[in-house]
Amino acid sequence: MNEKTPLIRISKRENAGKGYIWFVRAMAFLFALLLSCLVFAAAGADPVEAYGTMISGSLGKKSGIRQVVKTAAPLLGTALALAPCFKMKFWNIGAEGQITVGAMAAAFFAINFGTKLPSPVLLTAMGIGSMVLGALWAGIPAAFKAKWHTNETLFTLMLNYIAIGIVGWLQGGPWEGKQGSQVIPNFVEAAVLPKVLGVHCGWIIVLILVVFIFVYMNYTKQGYEISVLGESENTARYAGMNVSVITVRTACISGAICGLVGFMVASGANQTLYADVADGVGFTAITVAWLAQLNPFAMIIISLLFGVLSKGASSLQTGMGVPSSVSEIIKGLLLLCLLGCEFFINYRLTFRGHSVGEKKGCE
Amino acid sequence: MEGTHAVEFRGISKYFGDVAANENVDLYLDKGVIMSLLGENGSGKTTLMNMLAGIYFPDKGEILINGKPVSIRSPRDAFENRIGMIHQHFMLVDVFTAAENIILGLEEEGRLDRRQTADRVRQISEKYGFSIDPDKKVYEMSVSEKQTVEIIKVLYRGADILILDEPTAVLTPQETEKLFKVMRAMRDDGKSIIIITHKLNEVMEISDVVAVLRRGRHIATVRTTQTNEAELTEMMVGKKVSLNIRRNTPVNPVPRLTVAGLTCTDSSGVPKLDDVGFIAYGGEILGIAGIAGSGQKELLEAIAGLRKADKGSVIYTPEGKAPEDLVGKTPMEIKDAGVSLAFVPEDRLGMGLVGGMGMTGNMMLRSWTSGKGIFIDTKAPRELAKQVHDFLDVVTPDIDYPVRKLSGGNVQKVLVGREIASSPSVLMSAYAVRGLDINTSYVIYNLMADQKEKGVAVIFVGEDLDVLLELCDKILVLCGGRVSGIVDARTATKEEIGLLMTRLGGKEAKDNE
Amino acid sequence: MNFNLIGLIRAAVLNGTPLLFGTSGEILTQKSGNMNLGVEGLMFMGGAFGLLGAFVYGNAAGDGAVGWIAVMIAFLSAFAAGIIGSLIFSFLTVTLRANQNVTGLALTIFGTGVGQFVGELMRLKVGGNVSVSNSLKTAFSGSVFPEAMQSIPVLGPLLFNYNVFVYIGLVIVVIMYLFLNKTRKGLYLRAVGESPATADAAGISVTKYRYLATCIGGGISAIGGMVHTMTISGCVWNHTALAGEGWVAVALVIFCLWKPLNSLWGSILFGGLLILYLRLPIPFIPTQIYKIVPYIATAVVLVIVSMRQRREDQPPAGLGLNYFREER
Repeated sequence: MNEKTPLIRISKRENAGKGYIWFVRAMAFLFALLLSCLVFAAAGADPVEAYGTMISGSLGKKSGIRQVVKTAAPLLGTALALAPCFKMKFWNIGAEGQITVGAMAAAFFAINFGTKLPSPVLLTAMGIGSMVLGALWAGIPAAFKAKWHTNETLFTLMLNYIAIGIVGWLQGGPWEGKQGSQVIPNFVEAAVLPKVLGVHCGWIIVLILVVFIFVYMNYTKQGYEISVLGESENTARYAGMNVSVITVRTACISGAICGLVGFMVASGANQTLYADVADGVGFTAITVAWLAQLNPFAMIIISLLFGVLSKGASSLQTGMGVPSSVSEIIKGLLLLCLLGCEFFINYRLTFRGHSVGEKKGCE
Repeated sequence: MEGTHAVEFRGISKYFGDVAANENVDLYLDKGVIMSLLGENGSGKTTLMNMLAGIYFPDKGEILINGKPVSIRSPRDAFENRIGMIHQHFMLVDVFTAAENIILGLEEEGRLDRRQTADRVRQISEKYGFSIDPDKKVYEMSVSEKQTVEIIKVLYRGADILILDEPTAVLTPQETEKLFKVMRAMRDDGKSIIIITHKLNEVMEISDVVAVLRRGRHIATVRTTQTNEAELTEMMVGKKVSLNIRRNTPVNPVPRLTVAGLTCTDSSGVPKLDDVGFIAYGGEILGIAGIAGSGQKELLEAIAGLRKADKGSVIYTPEGKAPEDLVGKTPMEIKDAGVSLAFVPEDRLGMGLVGGMGMTGNMMLRSWTSGKGIFIDTKAPRELAKQVHDFLDVVTPDIDYPVRKLSGGNVQKVLVGREIASSPSVLMSAYAVRGLDINTSYVIYNLMADQKEKGVAVIFVGEDLDVLLELCDKILVLCGGRVSGIVDARTATKEEIGLLMTRLGGKEAKDNE
Repeated sequence: MNFNLIGLIRAAVLNGTPLLFGTSGEILTQKSGNMNLGVEGLMFMGGAFGLLGAFVYGNAAGDGAVGWIAVMIAFLSAFAAGIIGSLIFSFLTVTLRANQNVTGLALTIFGTGVGQFVGELMRLKVGGNVSVSNSLKTAFSGSVFPEAMQSIPVLGPLLFNYNVFVYIGLVIVVIMYLFLNKTRKGLYLRAVGESPATADAAGISVTKYRYLATCIGGGISAIGGMVHTMTISGCVWNHTALAGEGWVAVALVIFCLWKPLNSLWGSILFGGLLILYLRLPIPFIPTQIYKIVPYIATAVVLVIVSMRQRREDQPPAGLGLNYFREER
């Protein structure tokens, strides 16, 4: 080859081995943590000490671990909710709003029937109400997508702001507690999810959801429909599937689960409702779902990791004066690095002076 | 003469993954010569030419232009070496005008002068006998107009070496004649031309020399006058083959599908089918010919329930049961009505199959509703996948290996295998052999003939008129979404069909039904 | 009723200017075929770094700080922040061929995180709210025209009484229009967005054009964030005020049908909607509900645009698709 050969050439890699794939992903993960060191350094903190503080602050004591589980549960639930949507290539980034309206529905029952209904009935009503409203909130953009191919990314997103605005109004208006406080009073005891092992029982609900989503996606007809539609709308139609129904149905299931998460957060964690109830979970869950490659079991690990990150970051702010939003940056970096590393799984680089294709039979 | 060739390949190799697309190719072409690059689909013709055009970069070997070694790393390098390629899938921006497409990427100074461009386009057109409106948008053009734009684009850049990749595949016989005339004019102007093709009659007609590729290797280069079709075929396939398609006389054909007055428009209101009517008989193969985009796709999709028909009827007549109109039914309703309709669509991975799934997952596309309750049944599809795999010799590392990663021929075997396994009473296929090698093509032709002999009504949309004339019993010609004529495939000629393709009714077709 | 039309229009223009930058930058990006959903993140980064730049300069120069230098520094820091953010996006999608949708979302998460981080860090370091001196504030929000022109009745307040960014935005949009429609390079850029394979075969470097358009577009979008922070938020880091701006800008791109000139009136319209609850209070409608009007309007616009399909109004055909030359 002469010296005018391009320095690096890219070609498709057909079969990357399992071991290689995980190696690349692990490297990307480490790389993201390394990059985060730069952020710590920018804030004037020693990276090693910072990571140490984060881990001891989150996993070092019981209350920390409880906090981690409390943070991870809604994340996991929402990531599970998003999985069918993403598999279908329906870019639902409205989980934030769906959580909010779910919490709103739960609060409706808690406020209006809190003293009238026995706790199990009340909690069931709150759960169902939150699922219905969550489903509706996701179903609207899906219906427009099915009918006119309306851009669902932006539509679901706009519904976030609308949901948050409505709760903001309720908070300062009809549901306001003390006049002028802009706060909704705490739910009555009957409307609060019971605790199991020191954390509200939402974590049990999401673990059940893990199994449910896994089975749903892999062993049911509806799961198959979603997989086919995600690959190609034309193929789905060719196979006799009703694309509109699948789109709306899947979005509704997703929204219903998000709504349930909203109920969990409002009733279990906050015991009240406020506009910021979703607190970015809807967005972070997108990262969780994607990092886990939509695998429900992997989502457990990622959401726990994110729980550690969040709790650790708040310890970091109190202990070392590093803004807690550093956890957002680390999450962003993790996602960016893992997105980028897929390249090394799907493509092969050849440098000048090395020839390609001669080693045959390498799997 | 050494070193004065217009183009020379020396020891060129190119690999995709572990597959060698070209291996150690030595080949040259002189100035003022038309060379046919002959080979089966998948023999590496296009890959080799893409290396000359700067799309691919060779893994080994070197390319010499006018005796000088060159390194062609990008299409821009190719232009600088006065090489131009007309790709099989046109490289044009639909929403731009002809002139805008032609000047794309040129490093001319100054501001965009549309008038000057138009003038030069006219100049070139006159010189070689084209006609083109520089201000016409590409999406408003016919296929042959688009090809003309491509050729002008290359000439505008002053190319001396032109590569045409299967230029006749989309043309009528008459348009092909016109193209050949242009090519001869360019050759007489001193240009070197390489035409990629697998049609032997065209090779004999247009080229001065023929280079044959087989499985990525250069087999031989011969003068056209010193060879014949049989010899070329043998070089191309590697063994003596008889290129005959089995065609028995239909036994007791019965009307199976009666289409009448079928009319369709696309989503933006453009008419795609206009009053289409015909009868498909069980035990016959009905060929459908037409210029690309004349309504073939829409016709099959309308019958399959995938496209809404504005008007008309598709009456299905099963044996011993009452006829049924399929218009207005969804694919699921058609299936539920007991109509066994098999459909091999043109877009294999975009419509007929799920690229990311394995053979089992793809078999399920036809049976996914059959599981118990809400759960899906994977057992039966897995069995079927194994059967198709064994019956058609599908080459795959694993039955669950994503079909997207299989070769074109194997993809088509999975698709056709599944469709035939449903023992259909109507089998529709669109461009079933596009991109397949000769052996696989004949496997497909034979499967079609088998189905016909079983009494299935076969509808075969094709682009190669020679094949249509050999395989089918009748040929329906579409022109602009209308039926231009229906001819008897045993007596019709290519020219006759070519005329029907471009002009409604063509000349007086005597075998009309 | 304390309604006055001129006041409303002025408010619409001022509130629309951040959107104008955000939208027009994203139009340039999308014309190259890159669908960068990270505008929200870019605007956060632009806002935080713009403020940081002005703040650091203001502190360093003390009383001798010159207004227009502060503006320049804020402008350039925001632009640079936007370029860095878009470089990440381009590297991932153009070079590494990562999914554009998810990469855009990742950039949003990353960018909003960075913006927040920088904003909070400044507050932690200073120990209180970060702000620049009043004289510098005037440089950001004062008019560039002489008093005499500003006081022309009607025309003065409507045309000459805006901050400098309004006029810069206008100029950028007009230049972008001329570039895309009247120049060779603009034609090539559109070709890259419509059909990268065609552009590549014609000798246009898809990589170069996509990188350049995305980075410059991202830089322009980020300036929008800076303009918001330095004018509307009054030179104070306020992430809740900035939240959602970037997403509205992305929606506006669709609303404007990928045409730069449309973004002029589109952003003024939405700027007006954002501020309407302050300028035109309607009895019986609570402010909180009134505030969601722009988002409802955006959703309605998305639906309307999707309902009418005209050939001229379509997005670039290659939008959202990564290009690999040797794809088989």
